[in-house]
Amino acid sequence: MDFILQPWAWYVAGPVIAIIMFLLFFYGERFGVSSNLETLCSIGGAGKFSNYFKIDWKQNKWNLMFVAGAITGGFIAANWLTINDTVALNPQTVKDLAEIGIKNAGATYLPDEIFSVETMISVKGFFILLVAGLMVGFGARWAGGCTSGHAITGLSNLEIPSLISVIGFFIGGLTMTWIILPLLF
Amino acid sequence: MKNIKFFLIGILFGIVMSKAEIISWYRIYEMFKFQSFHMYGIIGSAVLIGMVSMFLFRKKVVKTFEGNEIHIPPKKKGLYRNLLGGTLFGLGWALAGACPGPMFVLVGKEVVSILVVIFGATLGAFFYGLLKDKIPH
Repeated sequence: MDFILQPWAWYVAGPVIAIIMFLLFFYGERFGVSSNLETLCSIGGAGKFSNYFKIDWKQNKWNLMFVAGAITGGFIAANWLTINDTVALNPQTVKDLAEIGIKNAGATYLPDEIFSVETMISVKGFFILLVAGLMVGFGARWAGGCTSGHAITGLSNLEIPSLISVIGFFIGGLTMTWIILPLLF
Repeated sequence: MKNIKFFLIGILFGIVMSKAEIISWYRIYEMFKFQSFHMYGIIGSAVLIGMVSMFLFRKKVVKTFEGNEIHIPPKKKGLYRNLLGGTLFGLGWALAGACPGPMFVLVGKEVVSILVVIFGATLGAFFYGLLKDKIPH
């Protein structure tokens, strides 16, 4: 049981993710989380604004069930399978973050400077959360997939479009981490 | 009720995302800083094992539970779509420290502020639908 309560190593998590992808294909579907964002738009009536959203969203119910499971799994892990919320980071990472204004890196899963309720209800904090989401949602649908669809499924299937997308993920991610984040806090 | 299996697979997904700290903003930051092998190990090993799965699907060694052949829908081609869309996604991924899967897992961790990110992401998908004929693919 102690094994489960400790943080899981990469060589446990990677194979489990591969098994999840296998199971989704085995059950006749596929691994891709960001398409749920479009399904949510369709349910919310976005079909009135664009034909793009005029889909029979009920055929994507399985994926919404997957998301409901992901939320439930997050609840189970947080409440019953985790004894310690600290993240063991490289001391260099902690130092780098302190220098750009993010304190106590690794004390919990998420930095208060971005995710605390106080930050969320501030104008700047709310704006950062909203814009981050906008870029993820718009970018994922433009690229036709996110980490699950492109980086895991697409690369496994040796798809060139996915390789290009993952290169894009890194161009964007490196730009944010090295250039933009230091300016924000 | 036939969708209950996807709910169960989702639970496994939520647990592994949480337990391997993939939902931690810091794990994404350190990945883009090249200061830890953790995320590279996870994605790399998932892809390597995934390649074996894909091979078995393509060779029809493994079929669906109903005995049908498994087709992997090809990703859409287009340099602008993949490179520009991917770059925008990467900017958001590194800022939010979460891609779409972990965002939902964080709801289960009772992180209220992630709802703003999910709202933004849904709005982003909506804007894409409105603008998709006007942007390069």
